[in-house]
Amino acid sequence: MLLERLIKFFTSLRLTVVLLVLSLVLVFAGTLAEVHLGLYKAQTEFFRSFFIYWHPENAAWKIPVFPGGYLLGMALLLNLVAAHVSRFKFSRDKIGLWIIHAGLILLILGQLATDMFAVESQMHLRQSQMKNYSESDRRDELAVTDITDKKLETVVAIPERLLARKGDLRNVQLPFVVSVKEFYANSLLSTNAAPGFTQVNAESGFGANLWWKQVPRETAMDRRDLPSALVEIVTPQGSLGTWLVSDWLEQPQPFTANGRAYSLQLRLERFYLPFSLRLLRFQHDVYEGTDIPKNFSSRLLLNRPDTSEHREVLIYMNNPLRYDGRTFYQASFDPDNQGTILQVVKNPGWLTPYLACVLIATGMVVQFLSHLIPFLRKRRIS
Amino acid sequence: MKKFVPWILVAVFAAWVLSTLHHPPETGFHARDFGRLPVLLGGRVQPFDSVARNTLLQIRERQSVGEMSATAWLMETMMDPDRADRRDVFRIDNLELLNLLQLPERQKYYSFSQIQPHLDDISKQAQRINNVEDTSRTAFERQLLKLANALEVYQRLKLSLCPPGTTDFAGQLAAYEQAIPAGVAAAQAREAGKSYDQAAFNRLIDFLSSYNDLSKFSYPLVVPPAPDAKSRADWQNIGQSLMNVVHGGEFVPAVKAYAAMATAYNQNQPAAFNQALDDYRRWLGEWFVPETRQGVQEFFFNEFQPFYQAIVIYVTAFLLAVIALLTFAFAPKLSETLRCSAFWLVVLGGVIHTFGLVFRMWLEGRPPVTNLYSSAIFIGWGCVMLGIILERVFAVGLGSAVASFAGFVTLIIAHNLSMDGDTMEMLRAVLDTNFWLATHVVVVTLGYASTFMAGLLGVTYVLLGLFTPLLKYKSGDMELGKVLTKMAYGIVCFAALFSFTGTVLGGIWADQSWGRFWGWDPKENGALLIVLWNAAILHARWGGLIRERGLMNMVIFGNIVTSWSWFGVNMLGIGLHSYGFMDAAFWWLLAFVLSQVGLILLGLLPPGMWRSSQTPPRSAAP
Repeated sequence: MLLERLIKFFTSLRLTVVLLVLSLVLVFAGTLAEVHLGLYKAQTEFFRSFFIYWHPENAAWKIPVFPGGYLLGMALLLNLVAAHVSRFKFSRDKIGLWIIHAGLILLILGQLATDMFAVESQMHLRQSQMKNYSESDRRDELAVTDITDKKLETVVAIPERLLARKGDLRNVQLPFVVSVKEFYANSLLSTNAAPGFTQVNAESGFGANLWWKQVPRETAMDRRDLPSALVEIVTPQGSLGTWLVSDWLEQPQPFTANGRAYSLQLRLERFYLPFSLRLLRFQHDVYEGTDIPKNFSSRLLLNRPDTSEHREVLIYMNNPLRYDGRTFYQASFDPDNQGTILQVVKNPGWLTPYLACVLIATGMVVQFLSHLIPFLRKRRIS
Repeated sequence: MKKFVPWILVAVFAAWVLSTLHHPPETGFHARDFGRLPVLLGGRVQPFDSVARNTLLQIRERQSVGEMSATAWLMETMMDPDRADRRDVFRIDNLELLNLLQLPERQKYYSFSQIQPHLDDISKQAQRINNVEDTSRTAFERQLLKLANALEVYQRLKLSLCPPGTTDFAGQLAAYEQAIPAGVAAAQAREAGKSYDQAAFNRLIDFLSSYNDLSKFSYPLVVPPAPDAKSRADWQNIGQSLMNVVHGGEFVPAVKAYAAMATAYNQNQPAAFNQALDDYRRWLGEWFVPETRQGVQEFFFNEFQPFYQAIVIYVTAFLLAVIALLTFAFAPKLSETLRCSAFWLVVLGGVIHTFGLVFRMWLEGRPPVTNLYSSAIFIGWGCVMLGIILERVFAVGLGSAVASFAGFVTLIIAHNLSMDGDTMEMLRAVLDTNFWLATHVVVVTLGYASTFMAGLLGVTYVLLGLFTPLLKYKSGDMELGKVLTKMAYGIVCFAALFSFTGTVLGGIWADQSWGRFWGWDPKENGALLIVLWNAAILHARWGGLIRERGLMNMVIFGNIVTSWSWFGVNMLGIGLHSYGFMDAAFWWLLAFVLSQVGLILLGLLPPGMWRSSQTPPRSAAP
C-alpha cells in the first residue's frame, strides 16, 4: 500500500510539473544571486548543492529553505526513470517521447559527471615562455619543494582547504611538520603600518618586515582571492621558525632542514602535464580603423618527450586544441598583447551533450511529425 | 464586389510601398549621390548615408534634422562646420544636465554653439563617470556620458574632410603641394645642422600640424586604399593621406575630389560640387566596384526603410483583424471580407519584412541574428510566419490578429534598439562564426518567437473571454475558445522544440569556445528558464493538471519568462553574453511584466465573471 503510493508519487506528472516549476524558481533566483555573489559562489550555493540555506547575518546556524540544483536534478531524474519504468509500453506514437527522455537522462547524467570529474585550469604563457603545467584559476596551494637536486625538484603541494583548517600538517616525504598558525583566505599586504594592518611578525623570510590584513572574499568574476598564511616549520629537533607565505609574494622562500634545501611558496594550484607548450606568437586582430577584436589566436609549440612528438599547433576563437584528454581554449590575453591565457579543461564527459542533443532532436522531430501528419490528414479530409 | 476588397487594399498598399522608391531628380547639391559614396567606419565599408543616419540617431535620436536629410546634415558638418554648429542637433532631456550646462529647459534639441562654453566641464565629468561601474551610474551620469560621446563623434566628424577654418580646401591643397619641395629641403638641411630656409620650413610645419589633427581625429576613413594595395581594408583618412605626401607619397584622387567638393560647397556652387562628385564616382566605379556597390545597396536599403513600411501595414492589418473579430457575430459577411483583407495585408507586410530581413543578411553576409536589434526583427518575423500558418489552418482571423500585433510591436522595439548606432556592426571575435550564428542563435530566437506567440494567444483568449462572448461562438464546427486552445498548445510544442534545441546547441557552442557545455551564465539560464517553463506547460497539460484556462494563464506567464531572458538578463551587466546592455528599457520591461501579471490575474477570475461563459454557444454561420 505504502509502496504503491510511493510509486504513484514518484511516477506522477504532477511531481514533474512541481519539480520543473521549482527548477524555474531556482534558476531565476540563482541568476539574480550571481549579481551579488559572483558567478562562482552563486553556482556553488544554488546549483551545486542539495539545499539553499538561509541564516541571519553572523549566525552560526543555518536552515535549508529551498531545494538546490543537485536535489532537484536527482528528483527529476528519479521521476523520469520511474515514470518510464512503470509505464513502459511500446507504442508507435510514444517513440518520440521515449527518445527525448532518454536523451534528457543522458544529458543530466553527463552534466553530473562533468560536475564531479571535470577539472578546469588555466595556462598563462608570455611570449616564448614554456610550461608543462596549468594552474587553477582561483585555488591556491602551499608548495614545499625539495630543491637540493638542481635537476629534479620534488614538490609536496598542500591544498588551500587543508591550510584553512590550521594546525599541523604531515607528509611522509617531508622530514618536518608544517604547522599553520594563521590563515587568511583573502588578504592584503603592506610594507608599513597602514590602518587596519597588523604586523606579521614572521621569524624568517620576507614576512619579518610586512604588515597584513584579512579582507572579505572576492565575489567579482574578474578578480580572485589572494590568501596569506603564517606557517611554522617544526623538525623533530625543534622549530626552524615561522614564515609568511602569501599569494602576493612571487618568489619562493628557501630554508634548510635535515641538511636538504627546501623552498616555500603559496601559489595557484598546479596541474602537471606530460608535455609542454611554448608560446611562439599571440595574435590579436582588430577590424580596420577600430578596436573591435576580430580574432585572437595563439601559435604554440607542443613538445612531448615520451613520444618525441614535436609540432606546432594553432588555437583560436571557436577552435580549441583537443589533446591527451584535455582541451585548450583561447580564453584571454595580456593587455600588452605579449602573452596568452589558455583555458585547460579535462572533462571525461564532454561528448555526452553532443549525443544527448542528437537523441533529443531526433525524438522531437519524430514526435512532432507523428502528431502533425495525422492532424493535417484529418483536416484535409474534413 | 466584396471579393475584390482585399485585393484592392493590398494593391493600394503595395503601390504606396513602391511609390517610396521613386525620387524626383535632385536640384542643388546632389546629396543623395554623395550619400552613396563608400567609406570605412566601424571596420566595415558603408555609405556616407549610413554614417550620417547612425550618428544622428546617436546624438539626436532621429534619422534627420527636421526637413534636412541626414546626408545633407553630414555634408554641412564636414564641409561647413561653422553653420552646422548653430543647428539644434544634440538631444538633452535630463534636467540636472541642462542645469549644469546652463541651458534653457524644454528646448529638447541644442546646438553645438550653445554647449561649446561647457566642453571642459563635460569632459571633466565624463572622465570621472568613466571610472564608475555601468550598473551604478545615475540617470544624470548616463546622460552626461551619452552627451560626451555625442560631442566627441560630432567634433570628429567636423575634422573628417577638411581642416578647421578652411573655406577653400582645394586652393589650400595647391599651396601645400607648392610648399612641399622647399619645405622638405629646409627640413632636411635643418636635420643635417646646416643653414635652412626658416620661412619655407614653417610654412610646411603649419600645413602638417593642421593635417595631423585631421589624421588623429577624423571619424570615417574616406580615402580608399591604393588600387594595388595589399589589403582592400587598408583605408585612410584625409589627414594620413596628406601627411604621406611629404614622405614621397602622391596626392590621391579621393583627396583631390573631396577637396574640390568642399570648396564648391563652401562657395555655394552646386554645379561645381556635382561635377567633382560625379568625377569621383566615376573613378570609384572603375577601381572599387564591390565597395561602390555596397554603398549604393546600403543607401537603397536605408532609404527604402522596409521595416517602417511593414509597421504601417501591420497596424492596418491588426485593426482590420480586430474589427473582423468583433463583427463576427452580427455581420458575418463584412467580417469575412475584413478577415481576408487583414490576412492578405499581413502577407504583404510579411513579404516586405522578409525582404528587409534577407536584404540585411545579404548586405552583412551573415545569418539573420547578430545583435539585439536584429533579434527583434527576427522574432517579429518568426511570429508573423507562425501567425500566417495559424491563419491558413484555422481561418478565423485570430492568426492574422496576433501576427500583425507581434509584427508591429517587435519592429517598434527594434526601432528603439537602433538608437545605439550602427545596427550592422562587426562581430566581436567569439561571435564571428556564421555556423553557430546560423544554428544556435536562429533556433533559440525562434524559440523566443514561438513562446511569445503562444503568450499572445493566451492574452487574446483572456481578453476575448472576459469582455466578449466570442469564445463560445462557432466557426465551422469548433468554438473559438477551442480553436485558440489548439493553437496555443501547438505553438507551445513548437516553442519547446526550438528553445530546447537552441539551448543545447548554445551549450555545444560554449563547449567549443569556452570549454564548458554549461556555465550558468545569465543568458544561458534565461534560455533554460524558457525550456523549463515550456516543459512545465506541456507536462501539466498531459497530466490533466490544467485545462483551457490554465493553459492560457501559463502561456501568458511564458511572456514574462521570455522577456526576462531576452532583455532582463542583459540588464544584470554580468556574464559572457551581456552584449546588449541597456538601462532605459528596464522600466519598459517592468511595465510589460506587470501588465502580464495583471492579465494572469484577470485570467484567474472565476468563469462566472467571463462574458463568454454567460452566453450559450452559437454559430456565426448565417
